[in-house]
Amino acid sequence: MSSLTTKARNYLVFLWRCGRIAFVGDWRYYTWMGLLTIIILLGINAYAKQFVYGLITTGMSDQVSWGVYIANFTFMVGVAAAAAMLVIPVYIYNNKELHDLVIFGELLAVAAILMCLAFVTVDLGRPDRFWHLIPGVGKFNFPGSMLSWDVIVLNGYLLLNVHICGYLLYCRYNGRHPATWFYIPFVFVAIVWAVSIHTVTAFLYVGLGGRPFWNSSIVGPRFLASAFTAGPALIILALQVIRRYTDYRISDRALLTLRSIVQVSMLINVFLLANEIFKEFYTRTSHVASSQYLLFGLHGRHALVPWIWTAIAFNFISMGLLVLPLTKSLKFLNFACVLAIVGIWIEKGMGLVVPGFVPTPLGEIVEYSPSCNETLVCLGIWAFGLLCYTIFLRMAIPILQGRLSQAQGSETLREVYEPGAANAFAANPAPITDAVS
Amino acid sequence: MADANRSTPPEGEVSRRDFLKTSAVLASGMAALAASLAPLRDLKDYTSVEKFLQKHYKEMTPEEMQKVLERIAREVERQYHVRPRVRDYKPMDGVEFVYCLNLTRCIGCRKCVHACVAENNQSRNPEIQYIRVLKMPHGSLDLEKGDHNYAPESVPEKGFFYMPVQCQQCKNPPCVKVCPVKATWQEPDGVTVIDYDWCIGCRYCEAACPYFARRFNWTKPSIPKERLNADMSYLGNRPRRQGVMEKCHFCVQRTRQGKYPACLEVCPAGARKFGNVLDPESEVSYILRNKRVFIQLKEELGTSPRFFYYFDV
Repeated sequence: MSSLTTKARNYLVFLWRCGRIAFVGDWRYYTWMGLLTIIILLGINAYAKQFVYGLITTGMSDQVSWGVYIANFTFMVGVAAAAAMLVIPVYIYNNKELHDLVIFGELLAVAAILMCLAFVTVDLGRPDRFWHLIPGVGKFNFPGSMLSWDVIVLNGYLLLNVHICGYLLYCRYNGRHPATWFYIPFVFVAIVWAVSIHTVTAFLYVGLGGRPFWNSSIVGPRFLASAFTAGPALIILALQVIRRYTDYRISDRALLTLRSIVQVSMLINVFLLANEIFKEFYTRTSHVASSQYLLFGLHGRHALVPWIWTAIAFNFISMGLLVLPLTKSLKFLNFACVLAIVGIWIEKGMGLVVPGFVPTPLGEIVEYSPSCNETLVCLGIWAFGLLCYTIFLRMAIPILQGRLSQAQGSETLREVYEPGAANAFAANPAPITDAVS
Repeated sequence: MADANRSTPPEGEVSRRDFLKTSAVLASGMAALAASLAPLRDLKDYTSVEKFLQKHYKEMTPEEMQKVLERIAREVERQYHVRPRVRDYKPMDGVEFVYCLNLTRCIGCRKCVHACVAENNQSRNPEIQYIRVLKMPHGSLDLEKGDHNYAPESVPEKGFFYMPVQCQQCKNPPCVKVCPVKATWQEPDGVTVIDYDWCIGCRYCEAACPYFARRFNWTKPSIPKERLNADMSYLGNRPRRQGVMEKCHFCVQRTRQGKYPACLEVCPAGARKFGNVLDPESEVSYILRNKRVFIQLKEELGTSPRFFYYFDV
């Protein structure tokens, strides 16, 4: 019994230390976190207005009844799913380079899922009735509604990743080896689960027979291809930020492994896009209307045209760069990654959600553009996601480096907490080695 | 690591300076949070413990339903100063409602649209309408060619026909299938209804509907007091709340008492026919038996509407 209390106390101390370290850093850390907090507060303010006056504060209408909230939600599900692209090489192909980086991918997945949940919640007309969605408590339409599947897979994925990251970090903190049976099975479940979250999210759209733009079997594969492009691209950038601002060592070779994943995914992504465009425009049935609206405009309405061509251009330039040896240099790789992320964000977000509603099933054309309030809510959620990820990294990195551990008494802990210590490791970042040829 | 030598209290103890600093940060943080939440002060009548805990329509006992109906009546009276009669009309045995609309006769006057708004207590601002009349060019049923906003001096215009579209009361309703919380379902008399007090406002049904039949309350609906229809039903025309879906329900508060829907009664052209398809003597049964051509809109989607369009041939 007493050993159980000791264990519980150890765990609480662990949580307390993690929580405390999130509030400690150098001036750059405080500036960054302060900035994010301000944006989050602006977002909360915008959401409070929406809560009181209703979704009329957004740009949505009965004709276009989903907008940037659901668009961002769809994109972030992809980012979350992409953590699998780090896990698969490590646990299935025994890739050593990425081994220690898996946890950063999984933490990103946790932050991304939290953003997803936030984006869905702000889209609800009656957030006070969220409990109707809780299985067993409310009235859950499972397995009928794909949205109920999404509730299960997203929350399940969140729990899986929280468990894996939390357990591994806690073991490292305690200085013991993680018990294989207690996390490896979850790692493999999480790989399949990652595919499922994006497939189910695709099926949300695919399952609607009245919307020909979505009711196409290629939507699921396209979702996965774009997710496995944008997600690892985001991880490539995040890892470089980590290596720049902490003394955590991340090899160029690890980044280049990710590059080859982004490379292949981007090729598949563009190929699938070409497939869809051929089918729509060669046959030219009346179902082409939404694609026509998206790519060229319909009956003089073309709000999305500049966006989608930007996205297509970005995707093509990015693909071109990625297949060239040029992107073995990080400068070009980063450029290609940014293009891929922005391109896919436009394409998977506004480019997928909005044209599904234009024209309406009765042929009406009503355009959509997000309102200022709606945009602020989105920015708030993005800032919230970045804040979560920063906090997770702030906790995880000292643990992984062994600077935050159970063995250390409060005296040595101070070094971790002290701004001076934070400066010390920020001052000599890992040397950036040249690209491996 | 020169800083590490600075004298700082061990973990758990807090210096006066640190305490003041932390308090200041905390206080300004709370103030900023409170300021950002300021719009919530305008929140009136949003929910209550009673409303928050209200059960799903199908899970309420008759006594619980009675209490809810009384509460709704009180709320309506407080807001509109009209004492309403709120009932929960149940479907009748041996009845399956079907609508038939004669495209040869419809003149596109939109009287049905406005009768519906008046009967069903739809919001006037912003305007919500369940029926959409399309002006179609002669010879085509391609909905994309329809004009939603026609406004000539007088109707009908030569070279066009008119096609009113409302909820088609499908036998395989996609909206019911996708609702994550079973807030919308098909009743035994064939009417797809919504529990306005259970809907979470995700608008998935609105995306799923192939007929643009569903409407969302983007803000608090407003109805002039003198226009309120005081004869209300739970699943029908009682005033809705902000953030929930609504749509045509074949005027359950009328039709379940044996009356015709409001849109039918007002139609000056006699284009609208409504009745019980299980009764072989009904007008709709006669039409479905004897008219040579009738159309279910978007039949290829497999929704199997209970709303039929026909021609006088």
